[in-house]
Amino acid sequence: MKIYANGMHYAALNAAVRQSKEDTEIFGCVGQRYLGAGLEDRKIVIHGTPGNALGAYLNGAELTVDGNVQEATGDTMNGGVIEVHGSAGDATGYAMRGGKIFIEGDVGYRCGIHMKAYLSHRPAIVIGGRAGSFLGEYQAGGTLIVLGGHTEHKPIVGNFCGTGMHGGEILLRCDALDAALPAQVKAERIQGPGSEEAVSLVKEWCARFGKDETPYLTATYYRLTPNAENPYRQMYTPN
Amino acid sequence: MREGEFRDPSGCAIVGVIDRSGKKMTGEGMIKAIEVMHDRSNGLGGGFAGYGIYPHYKDFYAFHLFFETQKAQEETEAFLKKHFEIVYASEIQTRKLSAVQNEPVIFRYFLAPLPQKLSNSHLTEREYVARCVIRVNSEIGGAYVFSSGKNMGIFKGVGYPEDIGRFYRLEEYEGYAWTCHGRYPTNTPGWWGGAHPFGLLDLSVVHNGEISSYDANRRYMEMFGYKCTLQTDTEVITYIIDYLVRRQGLTLEEVSHVIAASFWSTIDRKEEPARSQEALLRRMFPSLLVTGPFSIIVGYTGGIMGLCDRLKLRSMICAEKGDRAYLSSEESAVRRIEPSLDKIYSPAGGEAVIYELYHQGGRA
Repeated sequence: MKIYANGMHYAALNAAVRQSKEDTEIFGCVGQRYLGAGLEDRKIVIHGTPGNALGAYLNGAELTVDGNVQEATGDTMNGGVIEVHGSAGDATGYAMRGGKIFIEGDVGYRCGIHMKAYLSHRPAIVIGGRAGSFLGEYQAGGTLIVLGGHTEHKPIVGNFCGTGMHGGEILLRCDALDAALPAQVKAERIQGPGSEEAVSLVKEWCARFGKDETPYLTATYYRLTPNAENPYRQMYTPN
Repeated sequence: MREGEFRDPSGCAIVGVIDRSGKKMTGEGMIKAIEVMHDRSNGLGGGFAGYGIYPHYKDFYAFHLFFETQKAQEETEAFLKKHFEIVYASEIQTRKLSAVQNEPVIFRYFLAPLPQKLSNSHLTEREYVARCVIRVNSEIGGAYVFSSGKNMGIFKGVGYPEDIGRFYRLEEYEGYAWTCHGRYPTNTPGWWGGAHPFGLLDLSVVHNGEISSYDANRRYMEMFGYKCTLQTDTEVITYIIDYLVRRQGLTLEEVSHVIAASFWSTIDRKEEPARSQEALLRRMFPSLLVTGPFSIIVGYTGGIMGLCDRLKLRSMICAEKGDRAYLSSEESAVRRIEPSLDKIYSPAGGEAVIYELYHQGGRA
């Protein structure tokens, strides 16, 4: 089904999407919030700029966006896929509990904040460009991969990466790590993305955005994990 | 329904535009842009600032005033006559809308300070005018100067911003820069004076957020004669910027290192000379550090600046298309009026984004 969203209020647009039981393509999306929220199956393709909380509580559906997305994409997402042919705003994958988010460009602040994993529920976010500050803040599980394909001369991650992290992993594709990490996070330098799971996520990102896998699979990565030898003993932020 | 029985999931919305070549546009574009972010406000405040809108009176201070009573107007006009030559005075033309109710009497005055009064005061002209604004707002009950710059004007009230824009007939005004705000008041009841933008002289501020340093900032600013009469955090941000720029001579970039100073650990990692400069500014004005979530757009003669708190607890994007540059809480608002953009990015927390007229030194 095709929906022309121009000027539609988000409640009306979401109702139209929910009532349709088939795959949906939305044209002229301008700022409508909560698109695809809680949906379990089918595919939705969005042209334009969807509003905040795209795919919140997503439960298995697949959303593709031809453009940038705003804040809180995939908020508390349980399962499914969000694929963004552009960049994402702040708090992407906030408290994500399952499913995958693939971003072609950059993400803003606090990507993957409070992300967690449980048994087979293993959320993942793969970012083609760079990430803003507080990447993986309070991360408790799941995988965050930053591929560093951005062109402007900025570090691959902003400040305070992994602050309060106590589970999961962050992979940064870079030759030198230009980030001050908290003492409770350790970084290992590895060749290639590492685990089988990470390799398959990188391959899937390449396939979705039509990139040659080789430079992504053979590059140097830094793998960030909580440092079990130096656990939190007090408030983690001094100022 | 009573307060507490219903939750309206919102946050304020801000958006601004400048045509760096100085070409003018009506207020219509901003009305359309802010309308996209309708659900970020709750109908308790909206407003606009337009720059370059009074070319025929550009040498006079344009005062916009709310009067709640006739007595307030009489007292204010007596005060204005004592300190200024009133070049022109009239009621601001508005459009009756069912969505905008209980408006006060709204007047505009174009003013020139009385030369004798000004020279006897031993003040600069701008300081003289600023003190007069503060006196009206703190001493005359029921009167409120909400705009006081040259060749610019603030238009605001209680309602959704798109309705406020139509109420003030902003499609009839043309300016090279506009800022706009949709309000969701968190700590104060929405009233006409409390809507954004806040202004002093040609400086205007629109703000999304809630600052936790309000009282510390307010107490410090009151030492310099500013009176915070509105209990609203945006007012104090306006005075801080006025104080740092007009009275201390700081650049806007330096102001950003005072009010949204980086953490000490971040400053320590910077290269010289940035490290020493930022450390100096943070040490000189520790009471003017603004904490808590905020994103603001500052308007001034010839430019607009966007700034977020150092933790980036509110969203902001910057976008460019030809000579036009945009700042907005959400990308969608800009896409509504400019679907294809040359460039779009999100600034970091504490990173000042400044767009100015080319002839004022603005970059392309």
